[in-house]
Amino acid sequence: MNEKVITVHNLVKKFGSFVANDNLSFEVSSGEIFGFLGANGAGKTTAIRILSGLSKPTSGEVTVAGFNAYRQTEEIKKNIGYMCQKFSLYEDLTVKENIILYGGIYGMKKTLIRQRLDELLSKLHFHEFENRMISDLPLGLRQKLAFAVAVLHEPKIVFLDEPTGGVDPITRRQFWESIYETSSGGITVFVTTHYMDEAEYCDRISIMSEGKIVALDTPDNLKKQFTSATIEEVFIKIARPNHLEKKKVDY
Amino acid sequence: MKRFLGFVKKEFLHIFRDYRTLIILFGIPAAQILIFGYAVSTDIKNAGVAILDLSHDEITLKLTDKIISSGFFKKTQTLLNYDEIDKVFKKGKTKAVIIFEDDFGKKLISENKASLSIVADGSEPNTATLITNYTAAIVTDFTTELSLPGSNNTLRINPDVKMFYNPNLKSHFMFVPGVITLILILICALMTSVTITREKEFGTMEVLLVSPLRPVQIILGKVMPYFMLSFVNVLLILALSWIVFDLPVKGSLILLLAECMLYILMSLTLGILISTVSSNMQQAIFISLIGLMLPTILLSGFIFPIENMPKIYDYLSSILPPRYFIVIIKNIMIKGTGFMYIWKETLVLAIMTLVFTGLSVRKFKIRLE
Repeated sequence: MNEKVITVHNLVKKFGSFVANDNLSFEVSSGEIFGFLGANGAGKTTAIRILSGLSKPTSGEVTVAGFNAYRQTEEIKKNIGYMCQKFSLYEDLTVKENIILYGGIYGMKKTLIRQRLDELLSKLHFHEFENRMISDLPLGLRQKLAFAVAVLHEPKIVFLDEPTGGVDPITRRQFWESIYETSSGGITVFVTTHYMDEAEYCDRISIMSEGKIVALDTPDNLKKQFTSATIEEVFIKIARPNHLEKKKVDY
Repeated sequence: MKRFLGFVKKEFLHIFRDYRTLIILFGIPAAQILIFGYAVSTDIKNAGVAILDLSHDEITLKLTDKIISSGFFKKTQTLLNYDEIDKVFKKGKTKAVIIFEDDFGKKLISENKASLSIVADGSEPNTATLITNYTAAIVTDFTTELSLPGSNNTLRINPDVKMFYNPNLKSHFMFVPGVITLILILICALMTSVTITREKEFGTMEVLLVSPLRPVQIILGKVMPYFMLSFVNVLLILALSWIVFDLPVKGSLILLLAECMLYILMSLTLGILISTVSSNMQQAIFISLIGLMLPTILLSGFIFPIENMPKIYDYLSSILPPRYFIVIIKNIMIKGTGFMYIWKETLVLAIMTLVFTGLSVRKFKIRLE
């Protein structure tokens, strides 16, 4: 748990005069499940785009999987996985074709792709679905598969951008089980979510508001610090503060 | 490279799995060619013809008789002077007027040559060209019959063809080049803009961008299959137009195919540009259809000659790529001219391709920022 796979130091990202990320600093350790919370427009997406090599910081030091976010974005991309709210699978391709496609994009050898495909299918009891179109699969399966595809090339970090949006509680529960499994295998999970119960599952969470990280700790510590029973309460106190409370939080 | 090929393969799978895409890609062009082909090549029957016989001798009567009895024409009226031509056309039933000059028969016998004029209603270009061609053929036939076998005196009647209302009607089959021009820009621009916005809409574009594939590879991978299929389409259209209505390529086939490739490339870059400015598929389809199809049909010279347009439309059409390609393709296919005559238009298309590419790259970068 001690090796740092993400280090961010004084990250600033400006769009014109608008400051989307204001002096962010945090570190994420290998194998950690790191929750990234914040209201819409708080700057989460901007930060994720920078961490995944899609856009460059305005200033600050950012290292992802040991690579520099200014100059080594190509290297970063090879070492991360990504899954977004909209499923990243092609609906008019079969399960097998999707896996071969993504394996190929990440430069995996054919034999390795085949091997991973078999592992995956037997792990998820998926064999009958191998040649089915994604559009024929139920939502829960699609989502599991999308996650499996995101970690197919065994990246150091996987970014999950609201992966459980619009999914029923049971499926979400199952999904988190696969997240745990992945993280116990040494892959760092960087997840954004709207569901506060999910935030409780994370090893550590950070809460962003108006471009700044206003809280960063384990869920238990945060609850103590803000004298709240749940993370939801913490979040409401921080992200939607009225002015009086805001002064208290704004340290 | 292997990554890239896998990606290209996936794009082909998308195309072949979606029957709608296939219909748009191959069904519509074939249908258009067939529809236009048959519309153009249908034989004329009983087209109204008026006769203005200024000579009124035995030969003109015979020739008139031959023309009318051919089955293609029916006499609507006998005119007495030139002033009546305009009137008879305005009535609408008459599609052409055949005019015999003064002393037609005498001249033909004494000088071995005489002229007759065919004035056709150019507002219906296809009928007009057909009528004039048929008449000219009948006249030639008539002169061979008149010339005695073995005699050295070959008689010549010069048919002088004039178009009323539309004097610039030049080519016989203006539709095939027009259809190729329209189809290619529509399909290439529409398909690429839709296929790229689809990735955006489904969220797969984000995943691709985060992957080690470079943005250039993503775009090329998406566009390449369409480039290949469009090229197949060109071959299909050319073959169809050759089989269905005997339209050969007069000029160099290689030059024609090369120019088609340039035009396809231009259309694809235009499609990419459209995809960068539209946020969903509906928008992309709308821009492609309304923004490209109507102007191409109306302003590119496909149907209506640019020379006859008010100046403002002329200027407007000069920003339309199809305008230049129509000139190129007509020149090669129908007139059989070489590269020397079309290098300017080719250059314009090449510059447009570069401009569209540049704009798309800039837009794309802004989006990534």
